[in-house]
Amino acid sequence: MTFDHHGATTLSDAFDLLARHGDDAYLLAGGTSFVLLYQQGLIRPGHVIGLRGVPELRGIHRDGQGHLRIGATTTHRQAETSAVVRAHCPALAETFGRVATVRIRNQATVGGNLVHADPAQDPPPMLIALGAAVILASRSGVRQVELDDLFVDSLTTVIRPDEILRELVIPPLAAGTRAVYLKFLPRTADDYATVSVAAVASGGRVRVALGGAGAVPIRAHAVERAIAAGATIDDAAAAVDADIDPMSDIRGSASYKRRMARVWTARALRRVLA
Amino acid sequence: MSTHRIRFTLNGALAETAVPADRLLIDLLRDDLGATGTKKGCAIGVCGACSVLIDGVLLSSCLVLALDVDGGAVTTVEGLAAANGELAPLQEAFITEGGFQCGICTPGQLIAATALLAEQRRPTDEAITSWMMGNLCRCTGYAGIRAAIRAASEQA
Ligand SMILES: Cc1cc2nc3c(=O)[nH]c(=O)nc-3n(C[C@H](O)[C@H](O)[C@H](O)COP(=O)(O)OP(=O)(O)OC[C@H]3O[C@@H](n4cnc5c(N)ncnc54)[C@H](O)[C@@H]3O)c2cc1C
Ligand code: FES
Ligand code: FES
Repeated sequence: MTFDHHGATTLSDAFDLLARHGDDAYLLAGGTSFVLLYQQGLIRPGHVIGLRGVPELRGIHRDGQGHLRIGATTTHRQAETSAVVRAHCPALAETFGRVATVRIRNQATVGGNLVHADPAQDPPPMLIALGAAVILASRSGVRQVELDDLFVDSLTTVIRPDEILRELVIPPLAAGTRAVYLKFLPRTADDYATVSVAAVASGGRVRVALGGAGAVPIRAHAVERAIAAGATIDDAAAAVDADIDPMSDIRGSASYKRRMARVWTARALRRVLA
Repeated sequence: MSTHRIRFTLNGALAETAVPADRLLIDLLRDDLGATGTKKGCAIGVCGACSVLIDGVLLSSCLVLALDVDGGAVTTVEGLAAANGELAPLQEAFITEGGFQCGICTPGQLIAATALLAEQRRPTDEAITSWMMGNLCRCTGYAGIRAAIRAASEQA
């Protein structure tokens, strides 16, 4: 058994298709996650709704309040090479460029990445550290969810089945903000991170988030508090132990990831604070 | 299951066919259209053997639905040589610089490198390495591939 494919042409069209097919519907953006899950028999939707023809989900711009807005079906490659993204935050453009290979970045979308919600993905920690949010749209309206609150568990978000992720919103950055994303790759350069750390510092405050360090991308509150309380970089990085809950997998044991989280947190903090 | 009529160009020639919604582009190319230059290696987006250009954009044909190429232009390794069979400078460079041994990865390497040279006329060695890291090769150790791409870029 296979699926019916419907190419949505507007957001309203996509909502209609979602309403008509209910639980049997599956949204398709770039398709990198979809094709793999489908080929492995892990998903068997009756109806697949293609989103790439939907104009409301495209485009990158800075709005009147200085927020950077990136449409959900923007590919990682488009985001990485966008002059608008680079002008807003060069480290964010670089982070999109750390995802897999150029061939995958040409296909995978930034919205699909967030909804897929693998905890070892690259953009989420950076977006959390930047204080980003997503706009979720449905027939019944629009809501904004902070990236901090988006992820519930591995491969699970707070997005409802009737909702479509419309865009990413990254707030304006104060002058002098320093941001960095470090990806620890002990195996190959195109791999998912064993652990990764994003840090954003502005006006003496720092926000830190980690990938690969638990079931979801993790905001490192203990590290942030330690820095705010005047701890040294090494002491603050050691505090990451209280924030994370890594699992053993092919990219390292839980105890190895704990040690590496500490090392890479210290490196990230040094890059934005020293 | 829905069936979709698609029209696209394959290496410049019009192709018209009907595909089930879950047909992958790699299977359309190889099994339905007989264009077997494009190889299926991992089938999970990692190895690059299935690399194709769709409207000039480098993609994995093992991860793309065939119905998505409707209206587009697909280029595979069969489309790199001139109509009279004369090899492209990049293909010649792979021969002279030792860019392959067993050859299974070569169609993908050529397609990926074609996309690189279309975007960057004179890529640095670093740019070549980072662009080509998605195309695995178990034989050459990569040095010959890099040399071939460099040589082709210097001719352009
Ligand atoms: C070989 C390979 C290597 C990878 N390596 C990395 C890596 O190093 N780092 C990294 O971060 N990621 C990596 N990824 C993951 C990749 O980033 C994601 O698979 C991709 O971003 C998903 O986007 P997509 O557009 O292809 O999603 P799709 O497969 O189209 O969709 C993914 C999920 O999101 C849903 N969805 C998509 N768009 C929307 C929307 N607008 N609203 C609501 N739901 C939506 C779909 O229903 C589906 O559940 C890798 C993937 C592959 C195949
Ligand atoms: S066969 Fe498509 S990337 Fe390996
Ligand atoms: S030439 Fe044999 S795998 Fe590359």
